[in-house]
Amino acid sequence: MYPAKFAYVAPKSIDEALTLLEHGNGEAKLMAGGHSLLPLMKLRLAQPATLIDIARIPGLGFIEPAADGSAVRIGATVTYRQVQLSDVVKAHLPVVAETMSLVGDQQVRARGTLVGGLAHADPSGDMPAVVLALGATLVARGLQGSREIDVDEFFVDMLTTSLAENELITEVRIRKPGPRSGAAYLKFDQPASHYALTGVCAVITLSEDGKTISAARLGITGVGPKAYRPMRVEAALLGVDPTDEKPVEAASAGAAEGVDVQGDIHASPPYRAHLARVFTRRAVLEAARRATA
Amino acid sequence: MTTTETAAAEPALHTITLTVNGTRHTRTVEPRELLVYFVREQLGLTGTHVGCDTSQCGACTILLDGIAVKSCTILAVQADGAEIKTIEAYAEPDGTLHPIQQAFWEEHALQCGYCTPGMIIAIDQLIRDNPNPSDSEVRHGIEGNLCRCTGYQNIVKAAISAAAKIRGDAPFEKPEDELMAETH
Ligand SMILES: Cc1cc2nc3c(=O)[nH]c(=O)nc-3n(C[C@H](O)[C@H](O)[C@H](O)COP(=O)(O)OP(=O)(O)OC[C@H]3O[C@@H](n4cnc5c(N)ncnc54)[C@H](O)[C@@H]3O)c2cc1C
Ligand code: FES
Ligand code: FES
Repeated sequence: MYPAKFAYVAPKSIDEALTLLEHGNGEAKLMAGGHSLLPLMKLRLAQPATLIDIARIPGLGFIEPAADGSAVRIGATVTYRQVQLSDVVKAHLPVVAETMSLVGDQQVRARGTLVGGLAHADPSGDMPAVVLALGATLVARGLQGSREIDVDEFFVDMLTTSLAENELITEVRIRKPGPRSGAAYLKFDQPASHYALTGVCAVITLSEDGKTISAARLGITGVGPKAYRPMRVEAALLGVDPTDEKPVEAASAGAAEGVDVQGDIHASPPYRAHLARVFTRRAVLEAARRATA
Repeated sequence: MTTTETAAAEPALHTITLTVNGTRHTRTVEPRELLVYFVREQLGLTGTHVGCDTSQCGACTILLDGIAVKSCTILAVQADGAEIKTIEAYAEPDGTLHPIQQAFWEEHALQCGYCTPGMIIAIDQLIRDNPNPSDSEVRHGIEGNLCRCTGYQNIVKAAISAAAKIRGDAPFEKPEDELMAETH
């Protein structure tokens, strides 16, 4: 299967890529690992006139702690495999390192990029849920300069983000959970594709005495048209004893509330909503357990 | 004004150089040429298979700069300048099998053989990442490779036995009686 014809350019700088994007008049597309884009192009679901391969732009392959120590910066050309093997990620964001082994398969992880996975905004992508739960900032660069986008403002709809057509994401800064925190991502995948039918990431912070939940952030993928934070669940978890399953289960009941739950041949909307509740409860309990450990 | 129509501009061709199994090749390709077809059709290395052509089955797995990838989901132009290893380069020139190939033979890990080149390269990657994998780690490692014949059992056995051979923990060949016992 061949994609439709297109022109290929591999710019050597961000500005060159942005200029090409600007001149593409909406017909040009950025490509990082190509593991979302090329399958779509082979099926002719996408037919860009020009592909701008950003993988050869130097200086975007970094994984490093932010200067103030509050986050880990991951550049646009970093693959899932590089994230999985990174000592910085293992030390500061163990839940991200752990999630990597659940994304696709080892060959997919060798090519796909973490930033590309966010930019693509697949409704079943894993990292959208994880970055929503941890909190993150995306750095978007345009010809006019850079701006920062909070991840809470980033996912707009299915395959749609708040990134402008002529912008490129140079990096994502994923925040480190604070003290007395634990994080877990649990995924129920479709066994053939490994995409999430439901994936829930929970980041739970305990009170000083360790007896109650003092902060909760969650990200859910695979359920709605985009990854989202179940705000009601987050609020309902405050003050709850995290070792007591009952109130955690009660709080998790709102996991799919207000969401346009999707259905397909693998899972109906009611089943997906059920999975969202069950995996929310399990992810919260596991994150809380890790916070005490 | 002239009414002459200009044909829609054809996208420019690209001249790329790849080192495949130790030999440098320079070819001119269309941007949309996929790496798997470049390897199979331009270079005639048909050991790399196309199973699904939709990134699922892993039959097209090759090493790109030493890392296992699905070559049906990479453009040949993306691989410009890269080193590639395909299944043809696994056995020694004198025919001596690679330890993973040998283990596949001993453990009966293939039937039709269609998935085998991709399986061997995926297992090569997983053993280099994890020299002593458990049964479940092997199964997880080959998630990106589908086999329609074997039911995976013997593939997993072969991967574990190959890992032991590569570590030097196991004899290269199984005793004949053990092989016989397993076939009954
Ligand atoms: C067989 C298979 C299984 C998979 N399983 C999973 C899975 O289980 N979980 C999961 O989360 N994902 C899965 N994926 C998707 C994989 O994660 C993709 O690789 C990833 O989502 C996209 O990264 P990429 O670098 O390949 O992006 P590309 O395909 O190169 O790009 C995707 C989109 O993002 C845009 N883009 C990329 N980088 C930037 C940038 N820096 N700035 C602005 N826009 C950008 C592109 O223009 C394009 O629209 C799977 C893919 C395959 C082929
Ligand atoms: S042919 Fe490439 S994954 Fe199936
Ligand atoms: S041996 Fe036939 S597909 Fe695996």
